[in-house]
Amino acid sequence: MQAFLDTLLGDAAGLERQLGYLAGMVVFGAVVVFGFVLPFAGIVTWAERRIWARIQSRVGPNRVGPFGFLQWLADGVKNILKEDIIPTVADRPLFRFAPYVVMVGFVGAFVCVPFSGDLIIADLNIGILYITAVTSLVVVGILMAGWSSNNRWSLLGGIRAATQIISYEIPASLAIFPAVLLSGTLSMQGIIGEQGAAPWQWHMFHSPFTLLGFGLFFTAALAEGNRTPFDLAEAESELVAGFATEYSGMRSTLFFMAEWGNLYVIGALVTTLYLGGWQVPQFTYNPVLMNLAQVGVFMGKSLACVFFMIWLRATLPRVRVDQLMAMCWKYMVPLAMLSVLGTATMMVALPNGSHTLRMATFAVVVGVVIRFAFKVRFHLKRARKLDYTSLSPGASQGLSS
Amino acid sequence: MSVELEVHDSQGLATEEMTLNMGPQHPSTHGVLRFIVKADGEVMRRAIPDIGYLHRSIEKIAEKVGWHGFMPYTDRVDYVAAMACNQGWAMAAERLADIEVPRRGEYCRVIAAELSRICSHLLGVGAMGMDLGAITPFTHAIREREMIMDLIEELCGARLTFNYMRIGGVAWDLPHGYVEKVSHYLDHFEPVIEEFNQLLGLNRIYVKRLADVATVDADMAIAWGLVGPNLRGSGVDFDVRRDIPYSVYEDFDFDVPVGSGEMGTTGDCWDRYIVRIREMDESMRILRQALAGIPEGPVIARVPRNFKPPVGDVHVKIEAPRGEQSWYVSSDGSEYPHRVHIRTGSFTAMGIIDRLSRGLMIADLVAVIASMDIVAPEVDR
Repeated sequence: MQAFLDTLLGDAAGLERQLGYLAGMVVFGAVVVFGFVLPFAGIVTWAERRIWARIQSRVGPNRVGPFGFLQWLADGVKNILKEDIIPTVADRPLFRFAPYVVMVGFVGAFVCVPFSGDLIIADLNIGILYITAVTSLVVVGILMAGWSSNNRWSLLGGIRAATQIISYEIPASLAIFPAVLLSGTLSMQGIIGEQGAAPWQWHMFHSPFTLLGFGLFFTAALAEGNRTPFDLAEAESELVAGFATEYSGMRSTLFFMAEWGNLYVIGALVTTLYLGGWQVPQFTYNPVLMNLAQVGVFMGKSLACVFFMIWLRATLPRVRVDQLMAMCWKYMVPLAMLSVLGTATMMVALPNGSHTLRMATFAVVVGVVIRFAFKVRFHLKRARKLDYTSLSPGASQGLSS
Repeated sequence: MSVELEVHDSQGLATEEMTLNMGPQHPSTHGVLRFIVKADGEVMRRAIPDIGYLHRSIEKIAEKVGWHGFMPYTDRVDYVAAMACNQGWAMAAERLADIEVPRRGEYCRVIAAELSRICSHLLGVGAMGMDLGAITPFTHAIREREMIMDLIEELCGARLTFNYMRIGGVAWDLPHGYVEKVSHYLDHFEPVIEEFNQLLGLNRIYVKRLADVATVDADMAIAWGLVGPNLRGSGVDFDVRRDIPYSVYEDFDFDVPVGSGEMGTTGDCWDRYIVRIREMDESMRILRQALAGIPEGPVIARVPRNFKPPVGDVHVKIEAPRGEQSWYVSSDGSEYPHRVHIRTGSFTAMGIIDRLSRGLMIADLVAVIASMDIVAPEVDR
């Protein structure tokens, strides 16, 4: 980003140059937020509903636009037009302020989320630390929402969210360390720069310890993002809608936008730390083409993670509060420690890394993935054999539409 | 209703307990149910059921609409499994007037009732998954249920409130080709149960949520009057269909699944879940035998339109999907029943929930309600 601005600013110097940087970043930030983050949060809701529908033998939204693609837009417009109800007994200032805090915490993360080698709003040297810090703001917002609604379900949801997110930040932060240790930097671009384009050059496959770190980070990130199986904060069947129970109209939309947009943040973080980020082989020296390819690869990996999270949500039941906490403190934190210490030991013992170990880890993961894919294929084929319409006697007589 | 309990934390300091109002509008109370939950944080001290929101005076209506006229109302007693209620009423009236139902009529009843049972259990276990946060099993269960609904629709023209049975038999004979259709469906349905277990029942999170939660041992289950799958989940081997046979259930060979604590203690939520799953298998066995052995003949006995059973009381028990349903009917010899009382499975299950929920988490209350398969209209009638 800086290099790109340099070419634009030419020979301006001093304050003018700094102001130029500032303007450039604000513009790029606005483009990212309004052109990518907010629509993306909407589109994910559509994607999630379509994918769920496919998994659940339903049709899903298919009326607005091709394949119902514009459903998210219609929902957004509907929510903006809806009445914004604030309960009389609610703490008005806090109640109105909470969604913005959540939104800030979520959008703030995009400052450091890279899109390609050159496209990043600001490549802070403390990038990953900044993201962990700023996403914690979400807890404050959720707690505010839960408290200010003056509703017991909201309060329970808010408290649950706070305990859960704060607890899971520990394994999540610890699981970041293996990648940071390997790269020797906190900067997002730096971490990606240390990895290679080939899958076995990713941090994930450095050693079994980093593989463990990857799994822990993904799980903890799910919990931090309030996603199934850790969606206790707004567990519909228990807490009605958790902290968002009293919210209506655009304010509740903001909460949900943050939640679904967060999927991409989680995907991007996992991609950056462990999945090689935007790394592509140097196939051309044209910077535009290179960047496009990098954006494609980064998006592809992140969206694969998002898809995986949606898939999980459609499959798994929800854990209970005490089980959630036990899992965090009894299993994930010690394992995350093990992952950090193991990686550090590996780095001391084998300063240049072991190619054999890398390839072995890679081979094991590939084996597991292939086996899993076969299982999925088996189930898909079995499911396709049953023709449900012919089985239904009503349909054969043209009774059901 | 004002039960105040002192709550003390580990230092002996008194804190305030929170009263949560779960229902009447709550996503997982299966209808219009209300629980007044006294909670200490996430831990419940009490969960007091408040019933009556769905009271429709069905028993009183019976005294005004006459013997034949009450049949459509029985559908509303438990609209998730209306066939069983139909059968209960028909059997009570028949026993009062000493009417012999033709064998083909009884077979039709068994076929309809067992289809209805599978339907009801599918909704029960599906909703149970939904309550624990797994959304996909619910839609899969509803998909299967939909096909059974289509079958029942073909039988009696209705999908929910069937009004299929009559005093003396059933309203309509099986449609042409119905036996093949049901067999075809059963062939399809058999592997689905296995799939359901793979997706939900044996899922580790699901088992962890249910095993050892809200355990009811056999003595307690009997003492609190639990019936049906809830009783069998506690390891009590009792099924009205086998032990006090009615209709033509004596003709069929079937097992009674009993909870045995495979994942935890006998009588926990998971046992109640698996008993329902296995009962669907047994229902399929009964259905196959009934379809194979259905005799020819009339489906309904000759019953006068102006039906006046002799003076007397009768008590009929049937095995409804939600457990033993007792019909107590008293006749004064007129064209209207003198008094009707229905004792239903959900009602007795409601009683034990307060006892079970003490010390559990709020999330467990949802699991307990779901595992008892409580349907609100059946509680209140």
